[in-house]
Amino acid sequence: MDSQAIANRTVESHPTEAHEHPSYLRHHFVTVEQQRETVSFGMWLFLLTEIMFFGGLFMAYLLYRNWYYDAFVSGSNTLSIPLGTTNTLVLILSSFTMAMGVYSAETRNRKGLIRYLLLTIVLGLAFLGIKTVEYHAKYVEHHIPGANFSVEDFVHPSDPRDRPLAPDMAQHAQIYFFLYFAMTGMHALHMIIGISILFVLLYQAYHGAYVNGHSSTIDNFGLYWHFVDIVWIFLFPLLYLISRHHL
Amino acid sequence: MSIPVEHEHSEHHIVGPKTYLLILLALLVLTATTTGVAFIDLGILNPIVALAIACIKAVLVVLFFMHLRYSSKLMMLTVLSGFFTFLVLITMTLTDYMSRAWGLW
Repeated sequence: MDSQAIANRTVESHPTEAHEHPSYLRHHFVTVEQQRETVSFGMWLFLLTEIMFFGGLFMAYLLYRNWYYDAFVSGSNTLSIPLGTTNTLVLILSSFTMAMGVYSAETRNRKGLIRYLLLTIVLGLAFLGIKTVEYHAKYVEHHIPGANFSVEDFVHPSDPRDRPLAPDMAQHAQIYFFLYFAMTGMHALHMIIGISILFVLLYQAYHGAYVNGHSSTIDNFGLYWHFVDIVWIFLFPLLYLISRHHL
Repeated sequence: MSIPVEHEHSEHHIVGPKTYLLILLALLVLTATTTGVAFIDLGILNPIVALAIACIKAVLVVLFFMHLRYSSKLMMLTVLSGFFTFLVLITMTLTDYMSRAWGLW
């Protein structure tokens, strides 16, 4: 803040100087617009590598779902639609509050920015809380692949509408749950990283940052948060919904 | 909402709460739709409808929440090429797997 005040005073004392830039404009950029676009371009490139990263998991899911279709249908039907849908709504709402946070930063509204960052944190934590409840249910039901796993629910389903699986196919339900935990776990890790960064942004916003016309950090974090939302937009139907009609 | 500006470094466009609220509403309606449709037996169409709705939701998020609609052509092209490359990779991988276990698919 102090250095900025000094920088502004320097500009004022040399009114004849041709290049008067805001203090946040780095010297290798010509205009603020160019800087903003470059920063955002870099963030998009990072997000494209993230698409490839999650893409590998989606590819594995697609392949194994075709190979062990019955096991994937049975596995999918053990998930809770109400919890999954609630989480989808929570995450979409958090994307909205984040977008409003970006808007607040752009319109130099410090209070609004703080409010929306806080709301985004709360919604993000709510998502993780619900996810924890779902993970706990998997543990109780012995559906976690590995030592904890039991084929019992799939060979002798308690719901008469579920088709019993042969023991070898029931074993393949472990692959479904492995991918379920890998995909939702990797998504949750992105949420945890995101929420951690949000706390830092909130602290900085509280001390007056990002409302001086330079909000690239908030913009870029918004891009990250929306990307995580998009991943869930695809995870939700693939893991929870597309096999439901067999129930 | 104005038409995206054509020149190289477009003026920064601030997207307002009205647009965000509309998109939020659309996303919520689409979520309700995809959940509802999941309980109707459409056979082979179930995954197709679910993924189509997911794609529409993702495009809405990318265009408005992520401001791509208001970005330069360079940015649009880059993002598009990223998604396209992803589709190419999926297609190539599936082609390989399907042709190796011919008849099992």
